[in-house]
Amino acid sequence: MYVSSVRAGTPSDRDRSSHPIPATVIGLGVVSLITDLSAEMVTAVLPLYLVYGLGVGYLQLGAIDGLYTGATALLRLAGGHLADRLQRPKAVALFGYGLSALTKLGFPLAGSSVAGMGLVIGVDRAGKGIRTGPRDAMITLATPSDALGRAFGVHRALDTAGALLGPLVAFGLLSLLFMDYTSVFAVSFCCAVLAVVVLAVFVRQPAGVAARRPGLSWNVLRDRQVRRAVLIVALLGACTVGDMFLFVGVQKTAGLPAGVLPLLPLVTALTFMVAAAPIGKMADRLGRWKVFLAGHVVLFLAYALMAFSWGGWISAAVVLLAHGVFYACTDGVLMAYVGPLVPEPVRATGLAFVQTGQALARAAGAVLFGVVATGLSLAPAFGVFAALLAVAVVVGARR
Amino acid sequence: MKRTVLGVVLMAAVLVAGAVFVGMRAVGARPAEASLDLRSGELVYVDPAGRVRQAGRTGPACQRVDVAAGTLVCLRATAIPAQSEIVVLDAAGERLRLSEWGAPSRARVSPSGKVVMWTVFRAGDSYLGGVGTFSTTAGIYDLKRGEHYGSLEDFRLVVDGVDHTADDVNYWGITFTRDDRSFYATAASGGKTWLVRGSLDTRVLTSVRENVECPSLSPDGRRIAYKFRTGDLWRLHVLDLASGTDVALAEPQHVDDQPQWLDDSWVAYGRDRAIWKVPASGGGSPELVHADAASPAVAR
Repeated sequence: MYVSSVRAGTPSDRDRSSHPIPATVIGLGVVSLITDLSAEMVTAVLPLYLVYGLGVGYLQLGAIDGLYTGATALLRLAGGHLADRLQRPKAVALFGYGLSALTKLGFPLAGSSVAGMGLVIGVDRAGKGIRTGPRDAMITLATPSDALGRAFGVHRALDTAGALLGPLVAFGLLSLLFMDYTSVFAVSFCCAVLAVVVLAVFVRQPAGVAARRPGLSWNVLRDRQVRRAVLIVALLGACTVGDMFLFVGVQKTAGLPAGVLPLLPLVTALTFMVAAAPIGKMADRLGRWKVFLAGHVVLFLAYALMAFSWGGWISAAVVLLAHGVFYACTDGVLMAYVGPLVPEPVRATGLAFVQTGQALARAAGAVLFGVVATGLSLAPAFGVFAALLAVAVVVGARR
Repeated sequence: MKRTVLGVVLMAAVLVAGAVFVGMRAVGARPAEASLDLRSGELVYVDPAGRVRQAGRTGPACQRVDVAAGTLVCLRATAIPAQSEIVVLDAAGERLRLSEWGAPSRARVSPSGKVVMWTVFRAGDSYLGGVGTFSTTAGIYDLKRGEHYGSLEDFRLVVDGVDHTADDVNYWGITFTRDDRSFYATAASGGKTWLVRGSLDTRVLTSVRENVECPSLSPDGRRIAYKFRTGDLWRLHVLDLASGTDVALAEPQHVDDQPQWLDDSWVAYGRDRAIWKVPASGGGSPELVHADAASPAVAR
């Protein structure tokens, strides 16, 4: 299955002009699909593995879990800068993917050592941080700038498909093989290696990396438009509610049984997967910033619906669909918008910068929502965030 | 062209290696499920492969198990990520199946076999905890009346005589009394934990004592074995409910389990992937009950 899809996308300059989506983008999408499948397999089973496979208590698990988020943000910047500096985004991305692949072997080997496990998770996250910026830079370099939205949409659709499949494969294996965690890690490792092979052999580094060595990478922020984009992206990010709050909110207001909750993120992810490419294409036509803001308007509507807490399945479905559309309008579309603004020599750094700003702002938004929700209660808190988001969208829409 | 061939060969090699490895692990992974004798008085436990065992018999796949008066409760992860399943079995077969959001943590049956209770771990639904914190949800099902109490969070909590309404309250480790209406559990909020006594009739939880986790009532109903936290260590203690006398048990190591009374004088628990027991009096020393086992229960 993988082989045929990769072959169809084998890059060759001859094809590029006639093929609507560049082979590099499809190749990177397939790499992301397999890698995300591999990564999400591990993420999904890790808590169970630590507690029931190794006998590590939840007390220690909490400390390990904290490593997940912190490690990614800074290394993303480092990876972006390195890719620009060496002018070899593919090599840097390959290093990041390879590093994460190797760590999959570390999980069964680290045993019940909490420190060892923390190290393995940290290195895995480092690999993820390093590869993101260079990978997105390659997508922008391989695609004509008027088709970027669609290219990112296709990439994100494939990426999300992998993230959806990972936990299902992992828990399928666990139920078939009676909690044999080693098999899960082995399959995850094989997938990660597969992705590295696809990247190394089938994805060509796009031409068009400038010959000039970039200076200090912070120069990216000198550009007024980039600076404005980063600020508004961060502002909007700080006005978004953490995903988990939204899912819990939906489950509670709709009165769904608690056991249904793990299925709710799947609805968002499926919508995102299906809508990413068409909305990306639409963004190329209508304007990417407009679509990016429109995505936040859709999210505003979802929050408003939560604030009025109309119960029932229909309202829950509408909120989840809107949440998926929000991701489709904002994730790849933002990269497609920022990409052309940043000069090629520092593109990986620029993209990494925007992603990091967004990630940190969203984390802050989730904490902020927590404070508001504790002070008020769930429904009014969604009302407050709907209002904040509306203001932020208006600010973002000003010229 | 050469490059393509090389890539295809490499990919095929990786796929075959993975398939062979999983195939080897799969051989003999599924022992047949036999019916257990739920009144034999024997030890029931969970083996490292996640199967319930009793002497020579293999039961259902579960992470946590408990048995009382011919009723078995099994708490397990399902094929859906972050979902647990509560399955109740008796001599006639399966009686109840509920799904919960969260990873399996604790499961218990009341001494009469008429009420089952469980705790699941959830990541990410705490409002202020942020990264690296977990929350728990504890639920109860009354088999006789068919009543489902999804979460103790829906009950009223009274700490030291004052209503406690903070949003960061978590509950875990329920243990029932013989009347099937009142129970004990752990409530946590603001970095503190309390032993609380609760009632299904009034739906009120009242604090009894601070720093008590995963309580477990003795068969005579007069004492509670629990985890006492000192710093990052959990030690097993036994509290006499009438007199308030509290003794540390002779297990010096960190124990993260809801203790299980084997009878009125021995307390069993899982540690380092084995089941141990220690005298409830505070004397003696830990003795190994079963290697490669967890979640001890007695089919009584």
